[in-house]
Amino acid sequence: MTDQGEAPVRDDALERLHGRLAIAAEREGLLDVAYRTVDSPVGSLLLAATERGLVRVAFPGQDHEAVLAALADQVSPRVLAAPARLDAVSAQLDEYFAGRRHEFDVPLDLRLSTGFRRAVLDHLPRIAYGGTESYAQVAAAAGSPRAVRAVGTACATNPLPVVVPCHRVVRSDGSTGGYAGGPEAKRTLLTLESRGR
Amino acid sequence: MTPFERIVTEHGPVVLRVCRAVVGPDDAEDAWSETFLAALRSYPRLDPGANVQAWLVTIAHRKAIDITRARARRPVSVEHVPERPAVDGLPREPDPVWAALRELPDKQRQAVAYHHVAGLPYREIAELVGGSTEAARRAAADGIARLRATIGTEEGKL
Repeated sequence: MTDQGEAPVRDDALERLHGRLAIAAEREGLLDVAYRTVDSPVGSLLLAATERGLVRVAFPGQDHEAVLAALADQVSPRVLAAPARLDAVSAQLDEYFAGRRHEFDVPLDLRLSTGFRRAVLDHLPRIAYGGTESYAQVAAAAGSPRAVRAVGTACATNPLPVVVPCHRVVRSDGSTGGYAGGPEAKRTLLTLESRGR
Repeated sequence: MTPFERIVTEHGPVVLRVCRAVVGPDDAEDAWSETFLAALRSYPRLDPGANVQAWLVTIAHRKAIDITRARARRPVSVEHVPERPAVDGLPREPDPVWAALRELPDKQRQAVAYHHVAGLPYREIAELVGGSTEAARRAAADGIARLRATIGTEEGKL
């Protein structure tokens, strides 16, 4: 009541209360989707995890508010900014962008990807760090040699870019091809990996 | 549905002001925490057309009653709460508004908080605290008049 009319309550009280809420929600099993953002050489990445594991990574160009709204619809509306659940993956991303980590070791929740797209995502981590495969090679590896376009769609809709390395799929002529984070981000990741190999 | 984070961002400040008015500054943060935890629990079942702020105030009202009852059960009740260190490290003068609010009868204090802080219509306040719409309107008016009389019109603007 010291704040009059529509003046906001002191932010530090609300920040502290938000932190308490996230901890209590986690403890009571009510934190269905925890999220945070991390800075990276390809921009601010949104990370979201369910109790099963990392469920979504999004680039800045993908509109984080829209991504959170989609998670509320597809997974659960119990979505909270709660960084603790994403500590491990944040640390691993830092190491990856510093060139000191070649693969990720965190639980993944792949529920946002099904069918052939899921088969493509399952194959991607087998492309070695610093290496690339063509869309046709990935189609063959995922069991449908003629589904080259579908591989492109699977990569474009990859819910876990960077961590599930769809950037390692390139055109057979050697050009980088499309990328959800933009062609610039794809080149940045491929250059990083060619140095760290 | 809207991600719950947005609900906290949009309505957290008003709910905290309501809790401060109804249970006082010392218990307000517990009331806020319990309100939002309970809201998170039932949020997926909330009617998409519901008035979210009114829904949150309803939950806060119940939590405030729980807290008031728990406080009444504490073994030693004192006239004035002991001084506590300020959470933000800033020295603070005793706030005449809190003191005046604490002196109001429950229904007046609730009606003032729910109408003047949360903006609920008197009809909804009546459903929340019991009694008629007119009684809720009178309680809020009497509460405001009493606050003005206690702390003066300048400081008493809610």
